[in-house]
Amino acid sequence: MELRKLTIDSLRGKLASREVKAEEVTRAALDRIEGLSDLNAFISVTKDSALERAQQIDRAAEKGEPLPALAGAIVAIKDNMVMRGVRTTAGSRILFNYRPPYTATAVERLEAAGAIIVGKTNCDEFAMGSSNENSAYGVVKNPWDTSRVPGGSSGGSAVAVAAGMSMATLGSDTGGSIRQPASLCGVVGLKPTYGRVSRYGLIAFGSSLDQIGPFTNSVEDAARVLGVMAGRDENDSTSSDKEVDDYSSATERDVRGLRVGVPREYYGEGLDPEVRDRVESAIKRFEEMGAEVVDVSLPNTEYAVPVYYLIATAEASSNLARYDGVRYGFRAEEAKALKQMYSRTREEGFGAEVKRRIMLGTYALSAGYYEAYYGKAQKVRSLIEKDFRDAFASCDVIATPTAPTPAFRLGEKADDPLEMYLSDIYTITLNLAGVPGLSLPCGFTSGGLPVGIQLIGRHFDEATLLAAARNLERALGVARLADI
Amino acid sequence: MPITKTDVEKIAELARLELSSEEADSFTEQLGSILGYIEKLNQLDTSDTEPMSHCSPAGEDSEYVRRDDVVTPSLGSKAATESAPDAEAGYFKVPKVIGG
Repeated sequence: MELRKLTIDSLRGKLASREVKAEEVTRAALDRIEGLSDLNAFISVTKDSALERAQQIDRAAEKGEPLPALAGAIVAIKDNMVMRGVRTTAGSRILFNYRPPYTATAVERLEAAGAIIVGKTNCDEFAMGSSNENSAYGVVKNPWDTSRVPGGSSGGSAVAVAAGMSMATLGSDTGGSIRQPASLCGVVGLKPTYGRVSRYGLIAFGSSLDQIGPFTNSVEDAARVLGVMAGRDENDSTSSDKEVDDYSSATERDVRGLRVGVPREYYGEGLDPEVRDRVESAIKRFEEMGAEVVDVSLPNTEYAVPVYYLIATAEASSNLARYDGVRYGFRAEEAKALKQMYSRTREEGFGAEVKRRIMLGTYALSAGYYEAYYGKAQKVRSLIEKDFRDAFASCDVIATPTAPTPAFRLGEKADDPLEMYLSDIYTITLNLAGVPGLSLPCGFTSGGLPVGIQLIGRHFDEATLLAAARNLERALGVARLADI
Repeated sequence: MPITKTDVEKIAELARLELSSEEADSFTEQLGSILGYIEKLNQLDTSDTEPMSHCSPAGEDSEYVRRDDVVTPSLGSKAATESAPDAEAGYFKVPKVIGG
């Protein structure tokens, strides 16, 4: 059974008509996960509970009960979202044995809608990275070329969908961690507006930037998964009570008269020529469909990377203070006193990139430097947000490349943190501004690597964003699957 | 102002990281290069700009959401200590605090 050719809604129809059983779909997914274990996309597989859930759905279908929106959909969860009793590592040694006592709201909502969760996916440690090479559980390989990275930090979630091990997965996106791996693996990846999906149970990295979103093989499925997850949650005070649109109906709208903004700052130095060509060709399709392409400007774009690496690391240094060997996870042995236990636990439990970011964030927040670094970054963040508000005065969506290059080789950027940070140059602005963005496959390089186009929407206007993406997806007809 | 190894050691102390000497050396170099890049922000005049600390949850016009201060059920000490490296009778156990 080829999961990549099924949509969530078509599977639901087949289950309701008894054409297929959830149990056989689940077994097919579990076999595929096992068969492709060399890609290292999963940290844990929840086989028994998945089969149990599948049997429940089959019993409901047999009785003719109405099936919920995600009935039988095979889903995997990035390992930085907690699930009660299921080992959750966040890709870190420091949580090697952590079994959380509660479940993330987003995951709970998927389960309540009938999704079958088959496991927890690999990721960069605490979601810090752009290549998935920072996981304590090994690198993840790109199914289009296994000598290349899948992107990060949600690399395992992108690969699980690209290689047909799941129909949808959840990722988290603090600076591009859903959209960049979606682009590098040739799948759809959506980061909703900040506040659209509850962060309760998402292991915090940069709390003012983090957002949960789906990876899928189609825009239709992304709309469906978002519709289930979105909405106010009492357990996350930053979740919005704004009404949730009907995203699935929105994808049926056409794009005549839609204004597509093209910001010149996203097409400059550092952009791979083939990526540029595929993205520009995709934008022409919008014009052919009756949309209007307009030039816009996001003038402070070049400051986004430095702003991000101050704000995200400052927030991370606070958020990661909780890993001290007291309440959960790893504790260093043989410390004589409490303070030494803390610092040895953290020294042995965290990997190099996480330590580097904790150090940078601690520095940015330390006495004497706070105003010059963190305070300055918060002010420039305002300017970046204003850029988007100004641009959206003259357009409805914005189109840019998702990542400056296609998938790079394993090890290629591993020794140069700054070079690695620049691979998020087109995605981090959205997290700083809080606006939603989606990466859609838009073609391939001459070497056969996928290229993604990033579409950006107004705050809480995922409906227009998804409509634009669905129309472009249909016009492009990029239906190639990784041959694996 | 370049960051020195002494600065790095001081930050590591604040961040509760017992860095090896080699790590301190490589962080000195890497943080120096990242901070050099960050200097770019000083090109911008932000004297009239308000800082942005979070994205307003319900859009630009709304108030930050607050909840009523009421007691609700919580995990309880048994569930909360189950994942601890060392715990007893609902308490976390740690090495001695005084004299270390």
